[in-house]
Amino acid sequence: MAKFDFSDDSVVVVIGSGAGGGTLANELCQKGIKVVVLEAGAKQSSASFINDEWKSFSQLAWLDKRTTSGSWRVAKDFAGLPAWICKTVGGTTTHWAGASLRFQEHEFRTKTFYGEVKGANLLDWPITLKDLEPYYAKAEDKMGVTRTNGIPGLPGNNNFKVMYNGASKLGYKEVHTGRMAINSQPRDGRGRCMQLGFCFQGCKSGAKWSTLYTEIPKAEATGNFEIRAQSHVSRIEHNAAGKVTGVVYFDKDGKEQRQKARIVCVAGNSIETPRLLLLSASNMFKDGLANSSGQVGRNYMRHMTGSVYAAFKNPVHMYRGTTMAGIVRDEAGHNPNRGFVGGYEMETLSLGVPFMAAFLNPGGWGADFSWWMDHYTNLAGMWLVGEDMPRESNRVTLNTNVKDQWGNYAPNVHFDDHDNDIAMRNHAFTQGERIYQAAGAIRTFRTPPYPSTHNMGTCRMSARPEDGVVNKYGQSHDIPNLFISDGSQFTTGGAENPTLTIVTLAIRQAEYIAQQMTERAI
Amino acid sequence: MRVISIASDSPEVAGCDEESGVVRKVNMPLARRDFLKGSGVLLGTLATGSLLAGLAPSTAWALELKTLSTEEGQTLMAMGRVLFPHQKLPDAVYALLSKDLDAKASADAGAAKMLKDGIAWLNKSAGGNFGKASATKREEIVRGMEGTAFFATVRGQCVTSLYDNDMAFAVFGYPGSAWEKGGYITRGFQDLKWLPAPSKEASPPPYLG
Repeated sequence: MAKFDFSDDSVVVVIGSGAGGGTLANELCQKGIKVVVLEAGAKQSSASFINDEWKSFSQLAWLDKRTTSGSWRVAKDFAGLPAWICKTVGGTTTHWAGASLRFQEHEFRTKTFYGEVKGANLLDWPITLKDLEPYYAKAEDKMGVTRTNGIPGLPGNNNFKVMYNGASKLGYKEVHTGRMAINSQPRDGRGRCMQLGFCFQGCKSGAKWSTLYTEIPKAEATGNFEIRAQSHVSRIEHNAAGKVTGVVYFDKDGKEQRQKARIVCVAGNSIETPRLLLLSASNMFKDGLANSSGQVGRNYMRHMTGSVYAAFKNPVHMYRGTTMAGIVRDEAGHNPNRGFVGGYEMETLSLGVPFMAAFLNPGGWGADFSWWMDHYTNLAGMWLVGEDMPRESNRVTLNTNVKDQWGNYAPNVHFDDHDNDIAMRNHAFTQGERIYQAAGAIRTFRTPPYPSTHNMGTCRMSARPEDGVVNKYGQSHDIPNLFISDGSQFTTGGAENPTLTIVTLAIRQAEYIAQQMTERAI
Repeated sequence: MRVISIASDSPEVAGCDEESGVVRKVNMPLARRDFLKGSGVLLGTLATGSLLAGLAPSTAWALELKTLSTEEGQTLMAMGRVLFPHQKLPDAVYALLSKDLDAKASADAGAAKMLKDGIAWLNKSAGGNFGKASATKREEIVRGMEGTAFFATVRGQCVTSLYDNDMAFAVFGYPGSAWEKGGYITRGFQDLKWLPAPSKEASPPPYLG
């Protein structure tokens, strides 16, 4: 691994090493560009990952102080944990389930397709599916997505078998083991899925794509790459000309450091990214960096989510095997006859006994709750994930009453479900229950949303600077050498799990940055 | 290329019975009463011949409390059974709830007072002994406390105390960690027989290279 000087102002500083930051860094390094990645979390490995839900949670999750507000149920059930995302090298690619679906064409143009939706801040992306297709193809190849590039689908587990039978009886057609960035056969120096059932706890077989053991070592091999783990960036600095010049961070010993940079790319996930821009407010940028539109932190999206669990007379053992290798896609399209705009996916999901107790029905107790736990081995489960509406009032702000361990204001995440989200969730709950009833369920249960795993939109892309924070390459409208490189860029959320699109945008952004550097435009 | 072997399970691991969910190690403190010096002690025995008795080095168990009294510990166990009633879970698991709450009380005087007051209220509401009240009465009393800090603390503690231990895993049929056994690729991840198998297009066969 290379070692760059704090005063080296020729480097690109990337903040975060997950799907966006890790991918962008590697792509830049492959083009001969020098990169310093600052990652707040510590480094783990397949060897150090733990097949134990609570222990793994302590090892990987971002547990710095956060607060919540708004009418969403997460604020009541998990007031200090709005999101279940990670603070570790590789970011949330250590924890993600691997589902890798392209956005649909209409999801890039929701304002055009859905029309005016009251209380929603819809906007068309400044790019289309056609613009992204070549980059989607690169991302799928890089990540080894099943059912692309001639890679076979994963074998379905028992949980999928239940979903498949119920969904088929109901007449659903697009039901399979998904497009997953998990090796169904050995590929790219990594083995095939061992069906461990602990996808969320960091993949101990390395079959699931994570920047931790793909992008990052590949970047290291170029000699252009340095990663500093346990380095928490607290501020981005700029000069009198309004260009960013570097970042201030706390290193692993808690010592404040300053790294100079030619370009700064922020990929801290959609809560930390806007928080950092807001924390970097200055005399010149009083409302925070890149915030002339006032949109930094706004339009926070977290997907319409929910889960359905069902009990059967016979055992399922849903915890065995790839957690999310199972999908029903028939409800993913836009069909306003259902009473809402946008669509949703139904994907297999299971939790172990410890997390089932925590998440099945937060706050619940009594004989009925116990009944579900008693039937653990006979349960099947699915996750519902669909497009939620961007709203200006759903936003990440600085909570000036609460500080983190570095003395900086903690982020507050405010969210109110839009009526469209609620209508979609009810529809999805009903369809999920019908699937399991068709497969012979004796009881079904509607589990409310978990802390957000899909966080998007807080620095959104827009054609016009007044509508959003970044342009179609993720470059901020206000500051040409400041980029947003994670899901914060999403103009709208689509129905699909966001990681593939984050990786796709990072590949495209790297190409643009390299070209701009060559032209000396930045 | 990194490859994890799936062939050679150790004999110890191979002895794990998936169906019954039997696991190897029991995470339960056992001590003889003679050596206990705390404020209280919870004692019990696992039913001979039960699933759990087979796992433990001894069927007798004892658990020391540092701040709460024996009676207070027993009341919390009874409340745990109202909140999360599981016939198959032995008292030894509910005793873990009292132990964990006792640890909270030992670390924080405010928490100790809140717990002791809450326990006293449970007993008072039951006319003296919460544990001896009828099942209906116990549930009525606990329901009446919903919304209090005491209720939230005990209920919240139950989630990890009752469900995140090896005895609970064994009772609920959850085998826990899977990687050291080679995952489930050759151990039944698609062994469900009561529904027809999906098409090969929907679910291709596993690669066993």
